[in-house]
Amino acid sequence: MANAEILKYLIDLLAVLLLALGIKGLSKVRSARSANRLAAIAMGLAVIGVLVNALTTSGISLNAWIWIIFGLIIGSSLGILTAQKVPMTAMPETVALFNGCGGMSSLLVAIGVTLYPLNDTQAPLSVGLIGLISIITSVFVGAITFSGSIIAMAKLQGWLSTPPWIQNKSRHALNIAFAVISLIAATQLFQGEINGLWLLVITSSLLGIGVTLPIGGADMPVVISLLNSYSGVAAAAAGFVINSQLLIVAGAMVGAAGLILTQVMCKGMNRSLISVLFGGAISTSVAQSSGGSEYQNITSCSPEECALTLESSERVVIVPGYGLAVAQAQHTLREVTRTLEANGIEVTYAIHPVAGRMPGHMNVLLAEADVPYEQLKEMDIINPEFPATDVVLVLGANDVVNPQAKKDPMSPLYGMPVLDVQEARTVFVIKRGMSAGYSGIKNDLFELANTSMIFGDAKKVLTDLLVELKELGVGNPG
Amino acid sequence: MPFPSEALWVLLLGSLLGLELIGKVPPTLHTPLMSGANAISGITMLAALTLITKANDNVPLLIIGSISLGFALFNVIGGFFVTDRMLAMFSRKSNRRQKNS
Repeated sequence: MANAEILKYLIDLLAVLLLALGIKGLSKVRSARSANRLAAIAMGLAVIGVLVNALTTSGISLNAWIWIIFGLIIGSSLGILTAQKVPMTAMPETVALFNGCGGMSSLLVAIGVTLYPLNDTQAPLSVGLIGLISIITSVFVGAITFSGSIIAMAKLQGWLSTPPWIQNKSRHALNIAFAVISLIAATQLFQGEINGLWLLVITSSLLGIGVTLPIGGADMPVVISLLNSYSGVAAAAAGFVINSQLLIVAGAMVGAAGLILTQVMCKGMNRSLISVLFGGAISTSVAQSSGGSEYQNITSCSPEECALTLESSERVVIVPGYGLAVAQAQHTLREVTRTLEANGIEVTYAIHPVAGRMPGHMNVLLAEADVPYEQLKEMDIINPEFPATDVVLVLGANDVVNPQAKKDPMSPLYGMPVLDVQEARTVFVIKRGMSAGYSGIKNDLFELANTSMIFGDAKKVLTDLLVELKELGVGNPG
Repeated sequence: MPFPSEALWVLLLGSLLGLELIGKVPPTLHTPLMSGANAISGITMLAALTLITKANDNVPLLIIGSISLGFALFNVIGGFFVTDRMLAMFSRKSNRRQKNS
């Protein structure tokens, strides 16, 4: 017995060590992939640890095995299928979906333990203060994580838009009411009333929805990262429920790391976490008051004109945004830039920290199209270089190139770091239409004299552009 | 259950470790890191597994445990695969660069 216990502890310790190394390694480009595998191995080890522990103490019945294998097959096959099928552009919502399911899992464990006593403990509702607190935490955070993540996913997928009524200030009262009822439900649970559990599940789910729904799409990455941190907390709480130190460590680690990552993202957007969570989406009334929403003096042009300008340029900067991701135009873009480079034109990519719907989204996308890592430049590095740039191609980006953020203190965007593309000689904005960006705010850039709009789907415009460039003989040797 | 002071220490130290682990992350890796951390948060599958092994053949509990295990594994397996898919794009590029140089 003692030996088995030692073995179990060794396995757990090794798993924790590998998990920590995994998270650490994931924050460096060179080691990221192997670190991810390391973490996966650690998870496998942890599972073996639990099984060894169960086998050497009470054993695992055939029935239990059947249900384990059932859950295992369903969960992992769906996971693999989803992971392989989902397009790179849909990464943020996929992470949200996975995250929600993790929260759901913690929630279910807590419900299970509350409803039915486990065979090695007494009735769970008499497990004492810490036990109850952990069950309540697990249910509360798990439910918020689940409902919040699903809402976040639905909003990113475009299945849900922010209904105007929820922008009303009274939503805060509603959310506070949910929180208070959750607290009441928790006290009921303390008194041993099972009904309190269901009430808690319902109100905390509603709270998750109530908090996430008003948040604008531009802030969604931050929310997902925060919910990711929550699911770590839920896991740690579940660790207290079933008395597993490994679970507590891993949950706490992910919770804390998620918080740091959330902070990093907030910094990139110049938003505080509080304003993301409680500020709601930037209201359209404010957006309209700042300079009117009607555009004037818009210059639009054809891909042909754009090709002519590109041909005679020396330095070109590409500003990719969500529109590029939606149009799946990264490969076509790479073709265009290859053509330009073959003509001796210097091409770089300006990556705004929150371009796309998630930090690093553009990096992943461009990496998929084989864009050399060295050509991607961060905002602080590229911004001083815009005055010396001939042509800027803005591809489906909007808010991150809005000069309002620097000039107009009335603008809701004011203070957000942006790319100073207007400093360049010529700016081409490739965009599907005149619709506003995710923040719903008018972009002053489009009205500037040195800006020309090319309307159309990014992929189609780039394809046309490529044809025009070829016709001009750009990229052909000699 | 005795007062879990040990577990609280574990919680505290685990949180501190998490705060320290990622200090500087290049923006390139924000998405993969988030996705990887997300996969790890599916570690609650251990709780689901424990629930099943200790269910004492109580069928409703087995079912709850199994569903919970499914959800968690969906999170874990999907998360790791998706992260690997993202990171594969970076490494493919660096491999080629090594060949060139």
